[in-house]
Amino acid sequence: MTQATYNGVLNLAAGAFLLAAVLIVWRRELRSIVVLLAWQGLALAAIPVTEGIYHDDAALIIVGVVVLLLRAVVLPLLLVRAVGTEPHERRESTPLVNTTTSLLITAALTVLAYAVTRPIIALDPSPATRAVPAAFAVILIAVFVMVSRRRALSQAVGFMMLDNGIAATAFLITAGVPLIVELGASLDVMFAVLVLGLLTGAMRRTFGGTDLDQLRELRG
Amino acid sequence: MSFLLVLPILAPLTAAALAAVLGWRPLTASVTVVAALCVLVTGVILGFTNGSGVRFAIANLFRTDALSITMLIVIGTVGTLATWASVGYIDAELTHGHTDAKGANLYGVLVPVFLAAMASAVLANNIGVMWVAIEATTVATAFLVGHRRTRAALEATWKYVVICSVGIALAFLGTVLLYFASLHAGATSGDALNIDVLLAHASRLDPAVTRLAAGLLLLGYGAKAGLVPFHTWLADAHSQAPAPVSALMSGVLLSVAFYALLRVKSVVDLAVGTGFLRTGLIIVGLLTLLIAASLLVVQTDFKRMLAYSSMENMGLVAVAAAAGTKLAIAALLLHVLAHGIAKTLVFLGSGQLQAAHDSTRISDVTGVLARSRMVGVTFLVGLAILLGLPPFAMFASELSISRALAGAHLGWVLGAALLLVVIAFAALVRNGTRMLLGPPNPGSPAIAVPRSVAAALVAGVVLSLLLGLTVGPMLELFQTAATVLGGTR
Repeated sequence: MTQATYNGVLNLAAGAFLLAAVLIVWRRELRSIVVLLAWQGLALAAIPVTEGIYHDDAALIIVGVVVLLLRAVVLPLLLVRAVGTEPHERRESTPLVNTTTSLLITAALTVLAYAVTRPIIALDPSPATRAVPAAFAVILIAVFVMVSRRRALSQAVGFMMLDNGIAATAFLITAGVPLIVELGASLDVMFAVLVLGLLTGAMRRTFGGTDLDQLRELRG
Repeated sequence: MSFLLVLPILAPLTAAALAAVLGWRPLTASVTVVAALCVLVTGVILGFTNGSGVRFAIANLFRTDALSITMLIVIGTVGTLATWASVGYIDAELTHGHTDAKGANLYGVLVPVFLAAMASAVLANNIGVMWVAIEATTVATAFLVGHRRTRAALEATWKYVVICSVGIALAFLGTVLLYFASLHAGATSGDALNIDVLLAHASRLDPAVTRLAAGLLLLGYGAKAGLVPFHTWLADAHSQAPAPVSALMSGVLLSVAFYALLRVKSVVDLAVGTGFLRTGLIIVGLLTLLIAASLLVVQTDFKRMLAYSSMENMGLVAVAAAAGTKLAIAALLLHVLAHGIAKTLVFLGSGQLQAAHDSTRISDVTGVLARSRMVGVTFLVGLAILLGLPPFAMFASELSISRALAGAHLGWVLGAALLLVVIAFAALVRNGTRMLLGPPNPGSPAIAVPRSVAAALVAGVVLSLLLGLTVGPMLELFQTAATVLGGTR
């Protein structure tokens, strides 16, 4: 792999990664949000695989394949199962912030991400590190999705997106954290998403829906 | 000797495996108590033999020094009392139909897993592994919080998992940034996150990146420690969880999360000076105290009152950590241990009160002292400790924290903290006297206390008295731990 191809593929992956986040903000259909999340997982997995090929690092390629399986296949499948079958359960309820404003906020968060990551790029101005603002933007957008959406599943998607953003940051700036940490963290995330999926099911049985506005018994 | 370092993790895991195979029964419940006792005994043995040294085990994966030993003792003490009480508590829940055999089995597996995760967190050498262990506690406790499967329990579980996972994810981002800075400071990729390597390279870490990392770590571990701004899960989760689990979460989980913050602080302080995290800790500490004190004043639910009291104490601990002197850190550790035992007493008592009245409203529960000597007296002792009354240890720790703050030229912080602590004191006294003394409501039910809960309560009172009257041997450990963290004066 030449330097130019490496740069190109890396930037493409980071761009697709950010684009998936923006599309998730735009869409309301829960099922298509989960599909977008799977695409985002694919873009994320492309980062370690590209770096692995470029640096001749077999371990990194294997990590990339594991990431692909987990974040583009297993976790989205877990979440799709938690989407209800009732018509009113398939869509995000009327959002707290309308779509146009949401997209403008997303743009503002992306600019903020560039500002926040300046010390990181200053320390190591390599092509991979230069793509870090995209990963940070996804982290910020994920937090925004979590606070502005009202369905339990949307919050779970936001959490996974947040985690994707952090994983992307790790791959871009350090070619991944030590293997034992990577494995442990992936396991934790998998369990957390599993728990959220189970809770979504329990919520539908108990409350007859997954609108988080119904969670208001505990106050003060 | 390296076996001793992994015993606190292996013993609870064995108990969990046994409970998974055999289900909830007296044997598995007792094995869990023995496992928790193993954690405590290991901590005590290491405390006597370790001195000021540092030990490693299994290819530098695990590490102990005086600070991790102190935390092992806290986990072991509260763990033993809570698992002991669990025996009678879960049997009573089964009899009253609040849970079923499946729920009891799950409880039997998850509690020891929770203990093992906390032990791993304080024994890990790699701060990435430490993060993994702390996040594992969230997963392990999720279904413990939702144990009763009511609407409120489900709501509390959802908030707990979402808020803590997001908070702790920020801590992971901070860890990644610290790893990045460590690699650029010359550490090799395999061990760049090890505590000893980070400390050795601390002076060469890039200050700008380290500051970014420190901010994220403070927010992230702060979420799990019940500090502002991600504190909103705490009262819900602590009030809905089964009493022994509330005791574990409030008494140890919060301080294990704070331990992570202390570890990180020792590295960050060397890299960017003490000012950065000191400012951060003072802000979150005082805000946490403010929120806890205001909500304590208006509280009508006794389990939530205890939860906000935990927040108040974590706020105080954060302020003590901000002072950062040797005296402050030693006092903080004593505070954490005394608070752990006190919270076990009051949460176990509140579990019995809730079971008897089927309510957690303060107005429903009155005249407890006249109706049940056991719950009344132990609850009173627990409250007296939390109020910082002599002869109990929190009197000494709060006094020392005040002295440390004054010594660190943080007089205004001391003033603000004291004012808020006094407000919380008044609120606790008012609600406590209403519950314990007042005339009993007509037709109040009898308060049953299962034998194992009673045993744990008595043991807790005895331990509190011992700790208050003769802190001697522990003090040396606390002071060594404070030196480990770089507290000099």
